[in-house]
Amino acid sequence: MDKKKKRSITRGIILALLAVAIGYTVYTTITKDKVDVLKVGAEAPDFELVDLNGEMHRLSEYKGQGVLLNFWGTWCEPCKREFPAIERQYKSFETQGVHVLAVNIAQSDFEVKNYVKSMNMTFPVTIDKTKSVMNAYNVTNLPATILINKEGKIEKIVTGEMTEAQIAAHMESIKPE
Amino acid sequence: MEKIICECGHENPVGTKICGRCGRPLTEEEKQKKILDMRYDGIAIRSKTHNKSIIDKIWNFFSSVKVGITLIILNLIAASIGTILPQEFYVSVSTDAEKAKYYEDMYGAFGTLYYNLGLSDLYSSWWFQILVGMLAVSIIVASIDRGLPLHKSLKNQRVKRHQSFMKRQRVFAEGAPAAEQGKTLDLVEQKMKAMKYKVRREGNALMAEKNRFARYGPYINHVGLIVFLGAVMLRLLPGFYIDESMWLREGELRAVPGMEGYFIHNDEFILETYDNEPQGEQLKQGVNVMAKNYQTNVTLYKQQEGDLPGQTDNLEVVDTFEIKVNSPLKHEGYAMYQMDYGLNELKTMKFALTNKASGDSLGELTIDLANPETEYVLSDNTRVEIVSYLPDFSGFEEGVPQTASPTPNNPAFIFRMYTPEKPEGETSFVAIQQTLEPLGENAYKMSFQGVETRNMSGLTIRKDKTIPFLFIGGMIFMLGVAIGSYWAHRRLWVEELPDGTIRLAAHTNKNWFGMKKELDAVTAFAHLPAYVDQAETEKEENKKEGDNTL
Amino acid sequence: MSLIDLSGNLLFVAFICYLIGTFLFGGAIKEKNDTAAKRADSWGKIAIGITIIGLLAQLGYFITRWMYTGHAPVSNMFEFTTAFGMFIVLSFIVIYFMYKVTALGVVALPIALLIIAYASMFTKEVSPLVPSLQSHWLTIHVITAALGQSILAMSAVAGLIYLLKNVDVKKATKERFWLEAVMFFCVLVIGFVVATSVFRVTGYEATFEHVTKEGDTEVVEYTMPPIFGPHDYVELSENRMTPFVEVPALIDARKLTTVVWSILFGSILYVLIRLIARRSVSSMIQPLVKRVNSQLMDEIGYRAVLIGFPVFTLGALIFAMIWAQIAWSRFWGWDPKEVWALITWLFYAAFLHLRLSKGWEGKKSAWLTVIGFLIIMFNLVVVNLVIAGLHSYA
Repeated sequence: MDKKKKRSITRGIILALLAVAIGYTVYTTITKDKVDVLKVGAEAPDFELVDLNGEMHRLSEYKGQGVLLNFWGTWCEPCKREFPAIERQYKSFETQGVHVLAVNIAQSDFEVKNYVKSMNMTFPVTIDKTKSVMNAYNVTNLPATILINKEGKIEKIVTGEMTEAQIAAHMESIKPE
Repeated sequence: MEKIICECGHENPVGTKICGRCGRPLTEEEKQKKILDMRYDGIAIRSKTHNKSIIDKIWNFFSSVKVGITLIILNLIAASIGTILPQEFYVSVSTDAEKAKYYEDMYGAFGTLYYNLGLSDLYSSWWFQILVGMLAVSIIVASIDRGLPLHKSLKNQRVKRHQSFMKRQRVFAEGAPAAEQGKTLDLVEQKMKAMKYKVRREGNALMAEKNRFARYGPYINHVGLIVFLGAVMLRLLPGFYIDESMWLREGELRAVPGMEGYFIHNDEFILETYDNEPQGEQLKQGVNVMAKNYQTNVTLYKQQEGDLPGQTDNLEVVDTFEIKVNSPLKHEGYAMYQMDYGLNELKTMKFALTNKASGDSLGELTIDLANPETEYVLSDNTRVEIVSYLPDFSGFEEGVPQTASPTPNNPAFIFRMYTPEKPEGETSFVAIQQTLEPLGENAYKMSFQGVETRNMSGLTIRKDKTIPFLFIGGMIFMLGVAIGSYWAHRRLWVEELPDGTIRLAAHTNKNWFGMKKELDAVTAFAHLPAYVDQAETEKEENKKEGDNTL
Repeated sequence: MSLIDLSGNLLFVAFICYLIGTFLFGGAIKEKNDTAAKRADSWGKIAIGITIIGLLAQLGYFITRWMYTGHAPVSNMFEFTTAFGMFIVLSFIVIYFMYKVTALGVVALPIALLIIAYASMFTKEVSPLVPSLQSHWLTIHVITAALGQSILAMSAVAGLIYLLKNVDVKKATKERFWLEAVMFFCVLVIGFVVATSVFRVTGYEATFEHVTKEGDTEVVEYTMPPIFGPHDYVELSENRMTPFVEVPALIDARKLTTVVWSILFGSILYVLIRLIARRSVSSMIQPLVKRVNSQLMDEIGYRAVLIGFPVFTLGALIFAMIWAQIAWSRFWGWDPKEVWALITWLFYAAFLHLRLSKGWEGKKSAWLTVIGFLIIMFNLVVVNLVIAGLHSYA
């Protein structure tokens, strides 16, 4: 191969590398806001929280079953609206191996207990006192719902309020066969 | 590849201006010049030598210094446009709608235009990034194109240069030496060596050279810039860069965002002002209270190995720290900065259960707003139950009190008071400056006694693995720029012609003033003919007037 | 005499020395016949001597103020600008001993004088440091940056001399216009100093209550008769001039008033000069630089950039980034001051490339050095006072 051709190839490679670098930079900066630590299909971070009845819940112990993980707060309006629907769906899916785990963000026992009582919630409710589970799931806005399948992988991440039909569909999607 | 063959027989690449061996000018243009263009020692800039494929065309585009300078200027203009109005990240609103409103409210139609054109977030816009990227490409390509041939040419310098080269140097001399014939070159060598030049001789020719490395300065600083820009890019890769922030109230224990397995407890936030120890003039002038110190005392905890998020029973104390402005907490590559603070958030509220008629108190209770109890027992048959607690009371909705946030900005309670007089209990709604008795007139009331407050700290958590690379890039740049700026590459060619005439020429890439001082020294020492600076057109005129400024 | 008074007096001494130095340098190169060379030598020696005494006095000011305040006196507009003036004199003295060109003094010293005079229009109040400034990086970063800027400023001094000599002031050209514009700009700075001093001596004060662009009510105090009144203002002082125009909240009426008064005073001064001298300011200065060696001026201009550029990079970018990483948690945040330091840097980088690769020498290069200095002054004045950011001093 002659020298000229070789040189052109070298130049081509250098330019291509630079173009890729610039392209990557532009792409990541523009999509920066949308990138989460958590990705659908990734392993759901394991955690351990105690519910209001003093019962311990460790995510990995639910392996083989589906888990609907719901982050919420007492001041959160949409949370309040979706809880009755979650409660109803919980009752019909609990026997089919889909569990609901609600995680309150660092509020007092009093407020959470009072709320749970007034809302007649029967599924387990835990309080993330130090916000460590919230950090692990990179939750920034409430409500946030993470659907975890029987392999312990994230099936779907929902931010914002869900309708009852959506809840049912989501729970269906993580139902173990 | 095509070559230009010089009269001396040397093969030069196409585009060469000055023969690499003897120095004869090769192009018509150079032959016409009084002084040769010595900028790259007359080498063929690579990109100019062949121009065929599209790749070569792109390459040539970026290789051009003109394009490089244009890119510098474009970057400069773009950067300056971003300073006309504050950028979005200095505006404390979050949603797009709020931002649009902010720019309109503050800066009117111009603000709206600025926002809509995306200039309010200019530095992260795609076009600005591409502009910077293109400048980086230009730096790399232009450096490769010039640096490599220049290096080759400087490495293979011949001692003897053709007279057409010598005569076209800015500093040139020709004449009979005043000293004994045949001794001149020895004297020149002796003097030049004394002035730290490297001297090479070849027959009747001599070349003295020093600080050749100075020519590499620009290329070194370009390498530094590229390393720096590369490091900036590196932070976009996952894991290289963490930038989180958190609010931490006094007494709170929280997981540290971005720092897996670590927890932090706010022991105390301290705000000191100069008011406490006023300094002379300041007191006299009654200057506003100035902050002297913002500080958060924290305890950092770490989970046991293998513990999961949510498990906080076995936390281990890492250390206690004082986080101050200009003195961040540093641990395992992480840094926590004191960035913001909030003062006097409500922490506890104290009430007295009082008989409305007599004003007698049945006892006091203090409610921890972050963790209220269900029931406060004052004595055997006197207790107060909290039916409902609204930390940030925002009004009633269908008769039910609401809270806008979990923060105790405007706490409100529904109390049920059990007293010996009213063992069945009385209900009272108590908010700040407001008491309602929804279930009828009560005999007792919760009378407000006082509050305790606490402060909160705004902390930023960073981890930046790119810092060492940035630092190395910066250092390489400084090294290159210092070499290129503070040292000059100087060369002197001397030839003793067969008839005893001395011909000399000199070149430096900068600071001719300094070069001439050394030339004067060697001229005097070796009795060389007086040199002429061919670039100085005004010399005559200045001499006549007795120039005092030189 | 307390330390702070001593400090003030030393600064005054320095100012006077620079003033005398300017005239001596002017005398040193003034056109005379055959004995000129000799006379220049002795006058020049006295001139540089006086200048060095001035610099020592100012160094005394700097050190005594440092001792009094407990921190390097570079923390507010007055302190920084004064220090900048001091470094310009220092750079001049260094360049003077490198090249022995007296003509440099005729331009460098007046520029330093203007800068110091401008500085003293700001409050000389000693104020303690806010937490973000409490770092030894304040000393390191600011002093290095100011030193770099002042060396770069010397290139503009050489460039200006080059232009004054080589622009034909007899022909109406664009060049002549712009050169005179630079001179006019210098007169405006004098205008600002005169206006501020005049109103300060007469003790003018007027207070207004007004609505800011954020919608808050604020009280603003004028020390100059209010040509422009702030948005929705209420006059609080009695028997004071009523503003001619009320400006929208976006514009700072007080600063605008100051600018307009400065332009008024400066323009009147300029017109007076033109009327009395019956020629342009450039042509008045031209004889002083008639015999400078253009080639040498060009080289000094270039050399100053070469010396100043690395120092500026170190102080205004690298040290700045190190400190920003420590104090603000990020080495770069696109703060206006940071951006303008970058712009200055890019500009001089462009200058060096134009010179090295495009052969821009002589007039083109001289104009660029003047523009570079204007960018530096813009960064000092406009960015600090008009564009809000983390570096705002006033």
